[in-house]
Amino acid sequence: MIDIILLTLLVVVAIAIIRMKDLFAVVMLLGIYGLLSASFFVAMDAVDVAFTEAAVGAGISTLLMLVVIAMTGRKEKTNRHKPLPALCIVLITGGLLIYGTFDMPHFGAADAPIHQHVAPRYINDSMAEVGVPNIVTSVLASYRAFDTFGEVVVIFTAGIGVLTLLSVARRKEDAEKISSINDSMHEQHLVIRIVAKMLIPFIFLFALYVQFHGDFGPGGGFQAGVIFAAAIILYAMLFGLNTARKVINQTFIQLIAAVGVLLYGSVGIVSLMNDGNFFNYNVLASDPIAGQHLGILLIEWGVGCTVASVMMIIFFSFAGRLELHQHNERVKNQESS
Amino acid sequence: MLIAATLAIFVAMILAIIRGVIGPTLYDRILAVNMFGTKTVLLISLLGFVMGRPEFLDIAIVYALINFISVIGVLRYSDTNQFKHSPNDNESLKKEP
Amino acid sequence: MDMIITISSGFFLLIGSFLCFSGAIGLLRFPDFYTRMHAVGVTDTLGAGMILVGLMIISTDFLVFAKLAMVLLLTLLIGPTTSHVLAKAAFHNGLTPKSLSNQEKNNKEISSSNT
Repeated sequence: MIDIILLTLLVVVAIAIIRMKDLFAVVMLLGIYGLLSASFFVAMDAVDVAFTEAAVGAGISTLLMLVVIAMTGRKEKTNRHKPLPALCIVLITGGLLIYGTFDMPHFGAADAPIHQHVAPRYINDSMAEVGVPNIVTSVLASYRAFDTFGEVVVIFTAGIGVLTLLSVARRKEDAEKISSINDSMHEQHLVIRIVAKMLIPFIFLFALYVQFHGDFGPGGGFQAGVIFAAAIILYAMLFGLNTARKVINQTFIQLIAAVGVLLYGSVGIVSLMNDGNFFNYNVLASDPIAGQHLGILLIEWGVGCTVASVMMIIFFSFAGRLELHQHNERVKNQESS
Repeated sequence: MLIAATLAIFVAMILAIIRGVIGPTLYDRILAVNMFGTKTVLLISLLGFVMGRPEFLDIAIVYALINFISVIGVLRYSDTNQFKHSPNDNESLKKEP
Repeated sequence: MDMIITISSGFFLLIGSFLCFSGAIGLLRFPDFYTRMHAVGVTDTLGAGMILVGLMIISTDFLVFAKLAMVLLLTLLIGPTTSHVLAKAAFHNGLTPKSLSNQEKNNKEISSSNT
């Protein structure tokens, strides 16, 4: 019942997003969409996914899209091509896909192949083999550690890409300009500054809780990293980018992003050197369970460090670019007037 | 009673979506998203009790925090020229001092 | 004892859901942004608080109780703050309340008819 209501709302919001022309409204609706799909995940009992969706889909991505819109403009471009052939192709493909689902086992059927292959082993043996109560964490960090390593590397690559494309402090005159911008805009917003000052330590604590509690409940490195970065982004938004840059050294963040990936990979290397497979944590300590715990702890740290610092890198590059843009416009306006 | 509260929150969510879709000014949309966020926090806490898994509350805390941060972000970046209230939004435009 | 717990939590949940519902109606029906924000800002905080208190009453675990209390504190802190900042930003960026803009319009009409 709850699933059906939530799915209907999702479809309605998605159609509204497509029909909108105002990009700001689209971003706002995407925020609603993220919240809705996260509550859908909660209703489906996929708590860890809901956690990630809450932190990334509803929070950080909305912010990044807003920064981009602030630079590019609010109106959607009118498209001139005729979308009829595309519509036909989409309809045919969709029809074929729906036709394909008729052969699939019924939703939630116990004898579906997906529930027969590796899932029984995870559910039955993960407590004895890995010793972590949260099965999602044991699958993500131990059984499928190699896949997760790939994900972390992808995030790291995204950070590098953003840095290469948008790194603002490359030219000298730009760097001087940036340090001259005084952007602590919410000088008059005393209320929000004080509330943020109260909240930021709490957010840091909560991120650490999520990081270390991932073994027992929903959470883990990815979510913790995003929450940690969100606190710093909040600080940067309220007290100005330059203040935040002084607090958190940019080079240090970039170093941490690399150290996270290295930490993750070196756990695998160490397990290779101890006569195990790549990411086989059993050999890390004398007791297999203790080795698993140690390995999961280390790689979650690696994931957390990389995700947090890459999120900060992306935000700082985007916002720094926006600031430079606004500064140039202001200078131009002053010269013309 | 839990079910009734869940239903009431669903109705409130639907109304918020309607306001978010039609909302004439952009601040209406921000308001709708903000309200939607609080409603999601409540919905998740209630769902935790309805389904008997109160560990969902961690997510509710994350939602409350992230909602705050994204609203602040929206307001921070609505300060730029792109977001100045435009006269064809059906309201009068006041010049910035 | 069980009876009292059930009834009191049901009472709080009922008030909370009524407040949330009325706030949503206000969001949809009120004429301009500031009145809508008034409706949502007032009912949201109180309604959320009521529902969370209702849940706190029926929680059996201390950890659940503590987490609910944390959510309650966060809502009490965050809700009014966002309303305040939102209204301030809207007014700052030139969104005038409806009655005020009507008045201005009337004044202009009067002054233009006078001249």
